[in-house]
Amino acid sequence: MMRSVGAVLTVLVALVVIWYAAAVWMNSGWALGQAEKRGEVLSFSQLVVETMDQKRPRLPTPHQVFGELWDTTVEKKVTSKRSLVFHGWITLQSTLWGFALGVVVGILLAVAIVYSRVMELSVMPWAVISQTIPIVALAPMIIVLASSAGIEGRGVPKAIISAYLCFFPVLVGMVKGLRSPSRDQLDLMRTYGASGAEVFWKLRMPASVPYLFASLKIGIAAALVGTIVGELPTGAIRGLGARILIGDQFGNPIMIWSALFAAAILAGGLVILFGVIERLTLRRMGAAR
Amino acid sequence: MIVVLAIAVWLALWVLNVRLARGSSLSWLVPVVFGVAVLVLWEGVVRGFGISPIILPAPSAIGARFVAETGTLWGDFTQTVVKGAFTGFAIGTAAAFVMAIAVDRSPFLQRGLLPIGNFVAALPIVGTAPILVGWFGFDWQSKAAVVVVMVFFPVLVNTVAGLKDTTTMQRDLMRTYGASYWETLFKLRLPAAMPFIFNGLKIATTLALIGAIVAEYFGSPTRGMGFRISTEVGRLNIDMVWAEIAVAALAGSVLYGLMVLIEKRVTFWHPSQRG
Repeated sequence: MMRSVGAVLTVLVALVVIWYAAAVWMNSGWALGQAEKRGEVLSFSQLVVETMDQKRPRLPTPHQVFGELWDTTVEKKVTSKRSLVFHGWITLQSTLWGFALGVVVGILLAVAIVYSRVMELSVMPWAVISQTIPIVALAPMIIVLASSAGIEGRGVPKAIISAYLCFFPVLVGMVKGLRSPSRDQLDLMRTYGASGAEVFWKLRMPASVPYLFASLKIGIAAALVGTIVGELPTGAIRGLGARILIGDQFGNPIMIWSALFAAAILAGGLVILFGVIERLTLRRMGAAR
Repeated sequence: MIVVLAIAVWLALWVLNVRLARGSSLSWLVPVVFGVAVLVLWEGVVRGFGISPIILPAPSAIGARFVAETGTLWGDFTQTVVKGAFTGFAIGTAAAFVMAIAVDRSPFLQRGLLPIGNFVAALPIVGTAPILVGWFGFDWQSKAAVVVVMVFFPVLVNTVAGLKDTTTMQRDLMRTYGASYWETLFKLRLPAAMPFIFNGLKIATTLALIGAIVAEYFGSPTRGMGFRISTEVGRLNIDMVWAEIAVAALAGSVLYGLMVLIEKRVTFWHPSQRG
């Protein structure tokens, strides 16, 4: 455990060093150009200093990105339009709605597939095909459809895109989970005289829980990707994806990078959260090792 | 009237499906019939309720547009899929593959890099698209760059996991044969890793298309699927957008199917392929 923490830290430090080196290399063009205009010749150490704090760098340095992150989360009021907490909250809401929708659809389809051969044969191949369709091609369409159906705002279309991305892992995991009870276990239920509903609630459902959690962790990450994809090409003005978009339009790389890192932190937090819930639930069920 | 008819056809096809599903020889027809039923219902609803083509065009209108604009669609396809997605896919998977073998040789990198790789694979990497478009310009090179970043981590994580999938017994056997590291790698561990590698490659095909299309929303020459979709939505040519979506769906499914076929040939020995 300790050894792997050390290894991860070493790799992280190495990445930061590479990042600084890349920043010097990528930002030096602009710095040299400026110096030439002023008729100066930069020594190497001056050049390095010049590349660290440019206003519009090609590659912002780590301290610029994390400075901006600190600035826009802790220093700003949560309600401010410039606060990343505010934009993160918008993104998190759509993510959770889409996630909930995707999980419900995924579980219902899985139950239908497990109990009906017609459903399995008709729906399963299309569920696979639906995932090979690049969702981003559909994203602008979903927004047009939603607005013409009289739905205001971007929350609903974003949630639909999230649901589209996250229902599939849930579906696959739940089909596997609901089918995981063995012949013996099903036969035992029959000798108890259990009804179909009892077999479902007392055997199939509990047996599928570990599979469900594995899928939920993939699903929540997919839902966040869906929301950000939903915000990117559609001219949204609120949300982390919108921050990336606006940063791009105003030529402000620091803004893009800080929004990206905020999204990464959000994704990591959500996955860890579901990992903790998984561990607690499985322990309550007596399944944890 | 038309709606009722469409629903009637839908029900008839559903009954047909129930029949087909009972037999085993014709069961491959079931998803096809299901797809046809959905199209009929869609057509019927659009015509029956007189839904404006600006909101949802009928499948027949999309089909007509598809046939009429084949040239444009083909141009967009080569720009986005062939130049952008393929190039990026090839570079990204090759790099991930080499990296995986390097990581596999060093226990230190395994402990240090893998948790980070797993973490990054779950991140919304599509967000890097505007940055990479800024660095590599508007043409297909920047699209390929986005695709490289997107496919790298899933393939890396899966390949490393696959390279671990041999038992001590198998490796010991190779040692008693006096096999060198490279012989063990090529004759035992890479073949054993193939199911995992294809898992990663299948994820990567979908991601490659997503990356190539998203990157075009941030600037592209006047062709490409993402470019076409975003401009035609603005001009309310929704049937053209759907035709473009159909191309994307076809490309995605065909690529995925191709991966499955190659996987079947390469990993014919694996239990999941013998069922």
